[in-house]
Parts: sequence; C-alpha cells; structure tokens
Amino acid sequence: MIRVVLPQHLRTLARVGEEVQLQVTGPATLQSVLDALEAGYPMLRGTIRGHGTQRRRPFVRFFACEQDLSHEPPDAPLPDAVASGAEPFLVVGAMAGG
Amino acid sequence: MSGVRVLVGTRKGAFVLTSDGTRRRWAVSGPHFAGWEIYHLKGSPVAPNRLYASQTSGWFGQVVQRSDDGGTTWEAVGNEFAYDGVPGTHMWYDGTQHPWQFARVWHLEPSLTDPDVVYAGVEDAALFRSADGGRTWQELSGLRRHATGSSWQPGAGGMCLHTILLDPSDPQRITIAISAAGAFRTDDGGTTWRPVNRGLRSQGIPDPAAEVGHCVHRIARHPSRPGVLFMQKHWDVMRSDDAGDSWHEVSGNLPTDFGFPIDVHAHEPETIYVVPITSDSHHFPPEGKLRVYRSRTGGNEWEPLTKGLPQQDCYVNVLRDAMAVDSLDPCGVYFGTTGGQVYASADAGGNWTAIVRDLPAVLSVEVQTLP
Repeated sequence: MIRVVLPQHLRTLARVGEEVQLQVTGPATLQSVLDALEAGYPMLRGTIRGHGTQRRRPFVRFFACEQDLSHEPPDAPLPDAVASGAEPFLVVGAMAGG
Repeated sequence: MSGVRVLVGTRKGAFVLTSDGTRRRWAVSGPHFAGWEIYHLKGSPVAPNRLYASQTSGWFGQVVQRSDDGGTTWEAVGNEFAYDGVPGTHMWYDGTQHPWQFARVWHLEPSLTDPDVVYAGVEDAALFRSADGGRTWQELSGLRRHATGSSWQPGAGGMCLHTILLDPSDPQRITIAISAAGAFRTDDGGTTWRPVNRGLRSQGIPDPAAEVGHCVHRIARHPSRPGVLFMQKHWDVMRSDDAGDSWHEVSGNLPTDFGFPIDVHAHEPETIYVVPITSDSHHFPPEGKLRVYRSRTGGNEWEPLTKGLPQQDCYVNVLRDAMAVDSLDPCGVYFGTTGGQVYASADAGGNWTAIVRDLPAVLSVEVQTLP
C-alpha cells in the first residue's frame, strides 16, 4: 500500500483527507503511483501532470524520505520506504505567495 | 415571486448571491473552490440550475466544475483542452513564433438550447465545444487555423478568447473576440471564420486599421437584435449594425473611452452601459470617481450614473467579464470590482448599492433571472 499526501487544494478537489492509500501493481515508480492516483481520483487528471505529455506541472513537486524526487525519471523506483508504506509520497505545491 | 442569482468569479473562489425579485436583501454563499481563481461561471439559459465554472490555478492548472442544483453542489468534469492536430505557433512578445499552449479557460458560454452543450474560450486563444456537459472538449480549430493565426499576439493579460456570442436567430453564427487579435465570426457553426474588424482603429499597432491585431475587450448585444453589436475596445466604444461587418465609433462624450466591460439593458436594445477607466496605463476610474455611463441612444450620448457609487478616492477596476444585467422590470444592472465589491442597481442604473463588499478581486459577474 502506497501512502500519498496531497496538497490542500487537491484534497479539496478530490474530496479526501490529508493522505490517500493506493494499491500499486508492479514496481512503485512516479508513473505507477500517479497512474494509480489518477485512476482512483479522476478529477486529479491534469492537475499534477499534463494531459498527454504526462510531464509534472512546473509548480508541483514530489518529495519522499526527505528527498526531492521531482526530477527523477517517471520509471525510476521510489524509495523502499515509500513502496512499503512506511513513508508517504508527498505531492507538494511549490512555495509562492499570492 | 421571481428571483435573481448572481454568479461571481474572483481571484480566490466563487460566490453565489441570491435575492428575491425586490433585489433588496442578498444572501451570499461561498467561497466555492476557495483559493482557486474562478475566471467565469455561467448558467444554462434553458436549465438555470445547470451551471459551469472555470476553476484555475498557477500550480494545478485548469478544472471545469458543473453544478445541477444552482451552485449548491459541484462536480469536476473534463479539463483536457487539447488543440486539434499540431498546434502550430503564434507571435510572441519578442517577435518570435511561440507554440500554442493551453493556459486556462477565460469564458464559458452555455448553449441557448441544449444544457449539455457549452463553449469555452481559452488562452492561448482557441474555442472549444463540449456536447456532453463539459466531460469532453473538442476544438473548433478553424478559428485558430485562420490564415492570420500565426500573426496573433497576446495582450498584457495573455492571448485570451474572452467573448463568445451565440446568435439566437441563427445557430450557425458565432461571434468571438480575442485579445489582442480582434473579433471573428463564423456563419457555418464554427468550421470557417473570418475577422470582423473593419472600422476599428488602434493606435498601438503598426497599421491602425489592420484586419487583425486589435485589442477588443468585450462585445455585447441585445438578444432581440443579434446584428447590432456594441464593443468596448482597448480604446474606443464601437458599434456595428451589420453583425460586425463594419464598425463605427460611438464614444461620444465619454470622459475616457478606455474600459473593459460593456452591456445592454434587458428591455431597451439601445440602452448600453460602460465603465470608463482612465487609460491603459492607469487602470482606475478618472478622478477617483466610480461612474457607470449609460447611453439611451445606442452610443454617442452618455450620462454618468453615480448615486450610491464612491465618488472620491476610488481606484478599483472593473474587468471585462464583470458586468451583467437581469431581465426583471426595471432591469437590474450588476458589476464587480477588483476591490471586491459587487454593485447592483435595481432601477437600470439610477441607484446603486454594494450587495457584497470585501470579496477577493472580482473577475466575472453573471446574472440569472429565476422564475
């Protein structure tokens, strides 16, 4: 079970609490986790990564285990602690004012 | 008794204001989608409880929301706005060609006859249509593929398609406007388009009378006379009596003819409203006085409407989609400001009251007259 923590605006949009739990088949990667997230919560499609391009939106970041995974390739394995559910995978809205 | 529902889009959420037909007391609901920019909300004319909202964010992109109960509950529908085919390029600020890139939906225009059909005007400028209540969107790409498309340039606010006029007398005719390309019209349901800017003159472009390149801010018309169009351009208030084939200036005695919104009285097709703004470099009312100007002659002769509006130290703006009218008698007129006030007049502009104040900056105002 993968634990994903969403930023406030996406929690509201998906009508979920701080953390969602996802069943991911196969290796836990950025792509497989985001695929599972969007399959479970279709309203999040296009809000974290672009339709079609599947590229991370510029002001979205991915953190886990105190590492910035935002620039990792989509098929790179996530840390074991994320794959095992010991640590959450964080989707973060980049800091900005306004 | 009939009622009125005012749909307000702001920089930090949507608000729904309701009143009975007296328009004296208002209930405010919101913020809906708190923290998101709500560029526009609009209801279906044939199913008034069907509302569409454009919800957008610099972080999380575009969401389209739909309500089937007048704004009490909402459902996120489709947000994939894919340009048809290879998008191509348009002119960028530095004179280079820039790929068309979807940024946001500026304006949603529900069909006059089918609540599941809705049009979206987007940035970078294109027109999309949904026939399934907003779940999927298809581009009417003949507009963007017009021969002049590669020469279109963004205005300071982005290259947005902000005005969509559906013709009640001819379902094949749609008129749209883009900043800063100008007005375009289709007479075949969106397959082919042509610029309708003859008569416009803009000093900020190399050829003031060019076919395209004009910064049209807003176009309005009365449903009973779909061929008569009123335009607030970057500078100049304009009028067309032939559906945009030609335009002539009707700025007349306005203190300044710069502004953003323009609208038409619900029962008097020659009565129109604008909010003059000092200039393109001073986006606030002249002399710190917030004045709506009304013409009862279809332009040229204008009178200031000030009762109830701040007449000193007022430096708000009124954006292009932030004025609307109801269809009660007397006609109600509404507008929202960047200072967060929504002003209403229940007597066609004679007297104004802030029906809500201190909202986030208002981006859009639409009004529904309910049975």
